[in-house]
Amino acid sequence: MRTKSLIALLAASALALTACGGDDGAEPGTDDTAPVTSTDPMESPDEGSGDMTFEAGTTMAELSDAGTIQIGTKFDQPGFGLKGLSGGPEGFDVEVAKIIAGAMGITEDNIEWVETPSKVREEVIEQGKVDMVVATYTMNEKRAERIAFAGPYYMAGQQLMVAADDDTITGPESLMENPNAKVCSVTGSTPSEQIKEYLANDSQLVLFDVYDKCADALRTGQVQVVTTDNVILLGFVSESDGEFKLVGEQFTEEPYGIGIEKGDTAFCEFINETLQENEDAYNEAWSSTAGAVEGASPAELPEPEPCV
Amino acid sequence: MDAITENLDLFLSGYWTSLKICLIALVGALVLGTIIAGFRVSPVAPLRWVGATWVNMIRNAPLTVVLFFFAFGLPEIGILGSYWIFGISALIVYTSAFVCEAIRAGINSVSAGQAEAARAIGLPFTATLREVVLPQAFRTSIPPLGSVLIAMFKNSAVLGAFGVGGDLFSVSETLTSARGYAATPVLVGVAVGYLMITLPAAGLLALLERKTAIIR
Repeated sequence: MRTKSLIALLAASALALTACGGDDGAEPGTDDTAPVTSTDPMESPDEGSGDMTFEAGTTMAELSDAGTIQIGTKFDQPGFGLKGLSGGPEGFDVEVAKIIAGAMGITEDNIEWVETPSKVREEVIEQGKVDMVVATYTMNEKRAERIAFAGPYYMAGQQLMVAADDDTITGPESLMENPNAKVCSVTGSTPSEQIKEYLANDSQLVLFDVYDKCADALRTGQVQVVTTDNVILLGFVSESDGEFKLVGEQFTEEPYGIGIEKGDTAFCEFINETLQENEDAYNEAWSSTAGAVEGASPAELPEPEPCV
Repeated sequence: MDAITENLDLFLSGYWTSLKICLIALVGALVLGTIIAGFRVSPVAPLRWVGATWVNMIRNAPLTVVLFFFAFGLPEIGILGSYWIFGISALIVYTSAFVCEAIRAGINSVSAGQAEAARAIGLPFTATLREVVLPQAFRTSIPPLGSVLIAMFKNSAVLGAFGVGGDLFSVSETLTSARGYAATPVLVGVAVGYLMITLPAAGLLALLERKTAIIR
């Protein structure tokens, strides 16, 4: 009797599993070749909110018809994507994503935010778990082998942060002259790789898992310099009550792009056009989030890269 | 596979760093753990208290908390130093509590007659422990010590989050985040790297156990 019911249970769960698998395949956004999902393709452009007409079969048409979108962003990046105890994430990345979703007729309430820390960003796009990723995502060739980038929508740059009373470190060049100065960054980050050419030796670099620890180490004097993208450092400077300061110019260019599925050129072009057409909303998004930090320079929408 | 073959030098340097951390911590934890075990069985009551407090405080705190105390607590009270030394010290201190208990179990397994006989021929406490009791205790302690030390090898991966750069686990972060490799093959490579530390260690321990086996 017990064996029988066990077999029945197994059979039922197997059924449930296959059913789930079937659903996944049919999810919008994972399949470019899928035909238009709405019942009457001829009439659908006229329905809904006014001038949203997209060519059938494109990602925009699918998302617009579905009325929902899944967007990956960071939940722990002040000024860009930071999720508090209640509500959705807040920041510049979030606002930019809202502009793009809005252009497809998707309201804020119908956006599903997915936390995408740096190391999973390519994976979630490849696996179709999100429709796009806006997460302080530096465009580079290695990443572009697996996914496509729209944008850039912001030009960040690496800079140095030191204690306010430190006069010895004035820019990346002075790191070579002060081989005892420890430089802090985060393991696996682009800045941690790029700072290496300015260092006198490898042991100058101290790596943690998050930037908070770097700021703490700078405060106690365990390290003399913290380096990463200017916008992240600005957040720390504004919180430090005058203990920290930025020195030197931005010495790298970190174009932040929007990650989408590889090969989806139409979606990429749509995102680029949307940003160009909504420059006012873009400027407003900047000045209400990361741009509100004291010392932040005004944002300028960069020229988009060609979509591939 | 490309992720591993293309970055073999990085993996090897990570493996070597992790191995170095493990070997230094191994020696440190064994020495410190044995000393604390000596405290816990000593005839001097205050030493026993110190030993018991040490074990109960450290064994019951998570490793990350111990690491935090070293890497961020000590600088807070003005003790600055390299994160390499902070990290390895924390790992040694943490593991010593477990080593102590494994060795104490071994000491308890040595019959009281052995210690009494040693005292009868005039050996002081330290010599009794060093010449008579510990050599027998270590044999019994090898299997539990093995588990403790293998756990320590794996714990060494946490040091990467506390300023000790370049270890095997940090290599995976560098490859997946900064250089955009897929996470799964990289992590498989890391897992193999740790196996290359723990499996030979387990083999050595099994050998040691056979070599030192005694008839009771």
